[in-house]
Amino acid sequence: MAEVTASRGDESVQPASAGERVVTLTGVGASLGMGIGPAVLVGGEVPEPPDTPFTGDRQAELARCEDALAAVAADLEDRGRRAGGDAQAVLEAQALMARDPDLAQEVIRHVNEGRTAARAVHEAFGTYRALLALAGDYMAARVADLDDIRDRVVARLLGVAAPGMPSLTTRSVLVARDLAPADTALLDPLLVAGFVTEEGGPTSHTAIIARAMNVPAVVACAGATSAIRAGVRLLVDGTAGLIQLEPDEATVAAAQATMTRRAATMSRSSGPGATADGHRVPLLANVGSAADTAAALEAGAEGVGLFRTEFVFLDRTTAPSEDEQVGLYQAVLVGFSGRKVVARVLDAGADKPLAFLGIAAEPNPALGVRGLRALLTAPDVLAAQLRALSAAAAQTGALLEVMAPMVADAADARAFVEAGRAQGLEGPLGVMVEVPSAALRARSILEHADFLSLGTNDLTQYTFAADRQVGSLAAYQNPWHPALLDLVAAAASAGQAAGKPCGVCGEAASTPALACVLVGLGVTSLSMSAGALPMVRTALAAHTLEQCRQAAAAARAATSAAEARAAARASLPALADLGA
Amino acid sequence: MAELTVTVPDGVGLHARPAAVFVQAAARAPADVTVGRPGGEHVNARSILAVLALDVRGGEQIVLRADGDGADEALAAAEKAILDPDAAHG
Repeated sequence: MAEVTASRGDESVQPASAGERVVTLTGVGASLGMGIGPAVLVGGEVPEPPDTPFTGDRQAELARCEDALAAVAADLEDRGRRAGGDAQAVLEAQALMARDPDLAQEVIRHVNEGRTAARAVHEAFGTYRALLALAGDYMAARVADLDDIRDRVVARLLGVAAPGMPSLTTRSVLVARDLAPADTALLDPLLVAGFVTEEGGPTSHTAIIARAMNVPAVVACAGATSAIRAGVRLLVDGTAGLIQLEPDEATVAAAQATMTRRAATMSRSSGPGATADGHRVPLLANVGSAADTAAALEAGAEGVGLFRTEFVFLDRTTAPSEDEQVGLYQAVLVGFSGRKVVARVLDAGADKPLAFLGIAAEPNPALGVRGLRALLTAPDVLAAQLRALSAAAAQTGALLEVMAPMVADAADARAFVEAGRAQGLEGPLGVMVEVPSAALRARSILEHADFLSLGTNDLTQYTFAADRQVGSLAAYQNPWHPALLDLVAAAASAGQAAGKPCGVCGEAASTPALACVLVGLGVTSLSMSAGALPMVRTALAAHTLEQCRQAAAAARAATSAAEARAAARASLPALADLGA
Repeated sequence: MAELTVTVPDGVGLHARPAAVFVQAAARAPADVTVGRPGGEHVNARSILAVLALDVRGGEQIVLRADGDGADEALAAAEKAILDPDAAHG
């Protein structure tokens, strides 16, 4: 065993150099507004530490192990005290594992055999993991506990983020490679000042949840998890897509003034959507469950522009019965008596396989049998859904319109409209414009369909041939790109020529500046997550239709998304004052 | 060497919370305590992982052992934690 030569702490991280340097990180703004708070790193998988021989100071390495085990135990106990009740007992039992004296002996043995602290911990936990796993299923939960503690200790020793979502005690900025629904499901919006992710684009899960929570987010921010240390104060600007580390007081004060202005703007916002000169633009909400409808009504939605019906079908091995569907739809429609609700029929594909649709695995689900294409292979499923939607609307008094996803051309549109009429639907039947071919030939589609609704997320993905799920392609997922604006203009012009509505229900509608541009391009209604409605309503009311048209023309004259955004904002002078 | 045989109450056995209470009692006890099945190998009662790995079920008999000063007191505390985890906790 080596002699003690280094004191404890020699290996510890450098002290934070607050104030000495201002560091700014750039990403893609995915949810508007600004937030300030300490960084909390949300970890992904903790890597297995390599078994490289350790030739340094063993005594110091042992001290690091002790410190890491004790810190993890203290953290678990602290969380337990805060949680109370049954959770406290569970967390205290976990802390006991981190403080286990036999485990500590194993760690010492491995370090003395020449392993690094992280590898020694990995090996020691492995011994007990094998013992517990022998006891069978009964012990599976303990094995999972043990793995979790091991990962927390190893993460500390390697200097990487601990696994899972840490419990928040103060309003914090969450920094992660990416976040999964399981991470965000239990978040308290009051404790989240902002989101920063390395991966993902404006349509990633993090972006969508951030907008729903009305919390700023910057996504596709390269290097965020390595450049940002836990506890560093961050200013997240979700409008500009910027993050400042340890901002000075003047910057913080300016940001807070903008936030105050924004909050005042939002609280004054009410009434139906219209431009400053009275051009009406109905503002609608996107909803995916009965839970969303309350938020939509509270935010003053004039109706629903996109009712996603997937929640009725997911995790089902057989199609839900017509009666069951009627009940589920009623729960959503009941708040919208006398108002427009645009329901989208089931949008499934090989990436969300549903057994009763019989979609085979495909190499590229985004370009496969999905949306209307899938429903046309299962006409009974489509017919039952159409009848159930119609029955639910009749019972709730909602003014139902129904549209089909993934429509490519006039033949698709015709097939859907015929299916709807065959089931006795009398209200408007329309199609989503998500495929460039549908935007380019919208006029022929409108010979069959009663309205168009632009799904800008998928339309962007298909226009740039850039998968929405691939983080490294996030830069393409930018609805400001003039190529996308051209397609929106093509669809909107076809709508105007036919005297039929052309709305937008993609996330593009939720960005105030872009919402003004869409109106300038001739879009007739905007549908978005409820949290975005007040700012969009205010931004529209602050500009005339002519200003919106000028902004649209300036954006289309640009050559890149960034230029288009800058040009449009220059034509929309009130945005800055609104904090938008 | 002091030794005591205890029948674990029906229920989850020496798992979950009862195991934690037992280990905490052993950690506070004035002498080292070991635990094992009759005739079986003994493990450190202060090690939650070793105790869990024994996989003792409700209704089973286990043997507690302690040595030296405070051995009797340590065994009594450990037994109490097994027989009445609610009272022994905290």
